[in-house]
Amino acid sequence: MRNFLRLYIVSALCLLLATLVFGLLASWAFLYPETYNQFLPFYQLRPFHVSAALFWIISGATASILYYKNDEFSITKWNHIAERLFIFSWLGTIVVIFICYGLKKFGGREYWEFPPVLCAPLLISWLLLMVSYFIPWLKSAGNKPMYVWMWSTGIFFFLITFIEQNLWQIPWFRSSYLREMSVQWKSNGAMSGAWNQMIYGLSLFLMVKVSGNEKLAQGKTVFFFYMLGLSNLMFNWGHHVYNVPTSSWIRDTSYIISMTEWVFLIKMIQNFKNTLEERRRLRHLITYRFIIAGEFWVFMNLLLALAMSVPAINRYTHGTHITVAHAMGTTIGINTMILLASFSYMLGIDNKNAATRKTISINYWISQYSLIVFWLSLIVAGVIKGYMSTALNLTNFQEIMKPVIPALKMVSLSGIGLVISLGTIAAIYIYHTIYFRKEVNR
Amino acid sequence: MVRLWILLFIAFIIYTFFVYNDSGNRNPNDSIPDRQSLAGWKTWQEKNCQSCHQIYGLGGYMGPDLTNVASEPAKGDIYLRTFIKFGTGKMPNFNLNDSEVTNLVAFLKWIDKSGKSRVPKEKVTWSGSYNLEN
Repeated sequence: MRNFLRLYIVSALCLLLATLVFGLLASWAFLYPETYNQFLPFYQLRPFHVSAALFWIISGATASILYYKNDEFSITKWNHIAERLFIFSWLGTIVVIFICYGLKKFGGREYWEFPPVLCAPLLISWLLLMVSYFIPWLKSAGNKPMYVWMWSTGIFFFLITFIEQNLWQIPWFRSSYLREMSVQWKSNGAMSGAWNQMIYGLSLFLMVKVSGNEKLAQGKTVFFFYMLGLSNLMFNWGHHVYNVPTSSWIRDTSYIISMTEWVFLIKMIQNFKNTLEERRRLRHLITYRFIIAGEFWVFMNLLLALAMSVPAINRYTHGTHITVAHAMGTTIGINTMILLASFSYMLGIDNKNAATRKTISINYWISQYSLIVFWLSLIVAGVIKGYMSTALNLTNFQEIMKPVIPALKMVSLSGIGLVISLGTIAAIYIYHTIYFRKEVNR
Repeated sequence: MVRLWILLFIAFIIYTFFVYNDSGNRNPNDSIPDRQSLAGWKTWQEKNCQSCHQIYGLGGYMGPDLTNVASEPAKGDIYLRTFIKFGTGKMPNFNLNDSEVTNLVAFLKWIDKSGKSRVPKEKVTWSGSYNLEN
């Protein structure tokens, strides 16, 4: 493993640690604002948490792709130079972003709260990544496995959505609040679709490698699901703005496209039956366990997403903690689990000593149980808020939030379990990345 | 595969064009912002108000949704100015000057005119969708 890639992986794992710690602190600042406002207010902690999470996912995914792409394409010296420049400028900008948050310098919008001028170095960094990835991609001949298409789609659409995310700086987009908000959430929705393409591509790659079955990434079925995923990336974002009074066709298009997610759900149930034998054979592998955890959380969040995609139900869930449950369920349950699977495979965790594997295994289970409590508590908080504000039509915010608080205390409590378990796993992986000697799996 | 990908991408570009065009100013009340509202919008972002407050149900969960706070009968100009200027136990005092407070109030009034955050029951159609255009 090259040193700068090692640095990138360690940085990504540090971002995971930062996400966990800032998330826990933010939950306390939410519950006890009078205390925290004096030194570290919620409005400062939330961007730390959200940006760390966002950069953990994107950095973790790109670090994995940069590592595995050497198996797929022939890489030249120039690709390595572009890759190195990407890593240094990307990480450097993230450091500046965190300094801005420390100084309470904001100016962006949700998820991208830093001063918008910092989007320029992020954009340049991404273009460098594209140079290092797509030039060998274009030069390589023959049919590419589906996971390579998924990585490429994710990298390409991140660029598109990142540019779209910044269109608000053109005055025409700010001449209507409804337009500005629609475009903001169109790009946010599609951007999460873009990083999901990268991460689901990694999951498919790992399944191929762990099971030894190359056919998993070829054929008509996997192509059909790739196209369905791509359609959802492009057109299924409207549930964010169902209540915004824009044209009905925008809402209805998203509603119709979102219902195609039933196909994913049915396929998952079918697959579960067909792969029971394989699950028994591979369940001792830590890499495989993280993939299975990711699949479980895909299933749970798909159920939630399908419900939230019906506008009549969204009327109750929108603006409540059910949205947070979906966001946390996908970023922790799906994205983080698959990225940890990827790092496990990359670092050859299944070949480490028994004590290391046992520690990871125990913390794996703690993280799963903590996440279930965390996720369900957020849903309970959301159901209460939705019932109070929409069914009972209450308008007093304090009155609505009073019965929600006990559920949020449960969220914070289970968050401690997540910090300890995922934090321990991240620390072990940081250690093994720094002292990485042999590329065991390759 | 490549052909189908390109076709889908062209569909996405056309769709994007129509979204940009049709998402704004459909509502006759969704007016172009004046200079004060734009300045208030900038302050809203610079003070990271969205981390605690929502507009149209999007944003943070710590404080109330502010989409229609400007037109709530029990809350008027003075109420808004007092909250923004001094904060509360939960909301920190951002030490805003008078012109920043005025701009923020103008921004909230401008948003308020664009529509209602809550969807009334009667706007839900037979298909489970909404009709908010009339």
